[in-house]
Amino acid sequence: MHQFSYKTQRYLILFGFLTIPVLLSLTFSYYPAVSLLYYSLTDWSGLGWDMNFIGLDNYKEIFTKPEVFGALKNNAYYFIGGLIQVVFSLYFAVILTGKLRGRNGFRVILFLPYVLHSVATVIMFKNVYHVEYGSLNTLLGAIGLESWQQSWLGDKHLVNFSLAFISMWKYMGLNMVIFIGALQSIPDDLYEAGSIDGASGWQKFRFITLPSIRKVLELMLILTLTGALEAFDIPYVMLLGANDTSTFVIKTVDTAFKYQNFGLASAMAVVLLMMVLLFIVIQRKFLFKGGE
Amino acid sequence: MGQSREGSSLFTIFKYVTLVLALFVVLFPLYSIVTGAFKTQVEYYQSGLALPANLLNFDNFQKVFDIGKLGLGFRNIAIILVIAVAGNIMFGTMVAYALGRFDFKLKKGIMGMYLVAQVIPMVTTQVATFSVIKYFSLYNTMGAPIILYLGADVLQIVIYLQFVNSIPRDLDESAMMEGASLFKIYRSIIFPLLGPATATLVILKTISIYNDFYTPYLYMPSQKLKVVSTAIYAFVGPNAAQLNVISAGILIIFIPTVAIFLSMQKFIFAGVTSGAVK
Repeated sequence: MHQFSYKTQRYLILFGFLTIPVLLSLTFSYYPAVSLLYYSLTDWSGLGWDMNFIGLDNYKEIFTKPEVFGALKNNAYYFIGGLIQVVFSLYFAVILTGKLRGRNGFRVILFLPYVLHSVATVIMFKNVYHVEYGSLNTLLGAIGLESWQQSWLGDKHLVNFSLAFISMWKYMGLNMVIFIGALQSIPDDLYEAGSIDGASGWQKFRFITLPSIRKVLELMLILTLTGALEAFDIPYVMLLGANDTSTFVIKTVDTAFKYQNFGLASAMAVVLLMMVLLFIVIQRKFLFKGGE
Repeated sequence: MGQSREGSSLFTIFKYVTLVLALFVVLFPLYSIVTGAFKTQVEYYQSGLALPANLLNFDNFQKVFDIGKLGLGFRNIAIILVIAVAGNIMFGTMVAYALGRFDFKLKKGIMGMYLVAQVIPMVTTQVATFSVIKYFSLYNTMGAPIILYLGADVLQIVIYLQFVNSIPRDLDESAMMEGASLFKIYRSIIFPLLGPATATLVILKTISIYNDFYTPYLYMPSQKLKVVSTAIYAFVGPNAAQLNVISAGILIIFIPTVAIFLSMQKFIFAGVTSGAVK
């Protein structure tokens, strides 16, 4: 490369360094997103390449058949669980940012679930929730709370809560560490000034901490929402979506790969994509307002 | 004054009580797995939460490797990890160098492209990605997950760009005075100085690829191509193993990422935190 002028080298570097990454992104992010739109207007089965253009029929089916959108009801459990989890993670972030003996140890253990293998985690909870031999019911029995013992995965009213709890268990520590990062970036003199003005701990939290981490908090809420919309692993690994635990993505995957209806599945994916984008646009709008 | 001190010591007690509760919630499921892994089948069903009778009972671990094809799973995921993470870091640093050091027309466009791609939920577009993978004849090969993991993501670019921007341009210029090529500047100055960021990203990427279930499950159904995620998944199907054997399998699968995490917490916390600041 030495023989080329720096101007030529610059072109070579830009071209050589960016072509493959850009092509990868176009091929595996953008092309699928665009072809999804196209497939959603066809009756493609996913086998072979025969497909007929059928206009908006797939979308009509989604919006008229209640069972497709009905799956979103199950996503709601993950959203509620996510909200509770954000509150907990903020609480633990606040107390683990302040002075506290054993602070780092607590942080490490609370973060631990996030690094655990996701499928193995779900199967672990399958053991924990086991009706007869699960450690949860065994524990309740051992401390004299037999009446609290439940069929955690069998009871239709309980199963989605049990599944959403796994998600909370796994992601609480991650959110906590993100909050800790945000909290640490708040300058100390703000709190000192607050103390001089005689602010109580709660007042400092309400008027200094919360406004300072507003952006991260908003980001977290939007991630909770989109994460809930995309919930898939936990109910799929645990029960294959049985016992009324199917989420929207499970319905989509089943439609595509089990029922060989790629056209309809693509339309469902597009609807989900639109919902996610909508929430992100709303959040960006709010963010811009907040930034002024 | 005295009252507020009393209030704050009450709050301290409250803090510790909640922390201990949280630790219990986090550790209890793990406790039942760790103890269950060393119990015999009869023992598992009868001994409840007690510690295993024989802490050196490794029968379950043996069984897991025999019936669960875990060895194969570890071998396959190791191959995928090495290639995908190495390629991913190579492309990530290259993109960051190009975007961080040069001004050109498409710069903003490429940055925006990574940002928007992040917003497209991967799970939803798989239906279409599937046809791309098939088109390249990568279905049921390790090439499928490798190529899907290879691309840089926006978090990676953001972290690298922060680092590239913090490397003084004087270094580049003095190297140029000595006649170094731009490629040499990337290789001998930029790439080594990105080391700390690379360490963080290698860890985070390794954990996320190791944990990924969806990609190998969709694109590598072949028995020979089982990775850890899909191997353990077979345990819950119709041929489900006994709970004590499953516990052993789970424990083995947990160990690698826990070991990485405990030995490199600093890098992981740094990465997670800088991800949020963007």
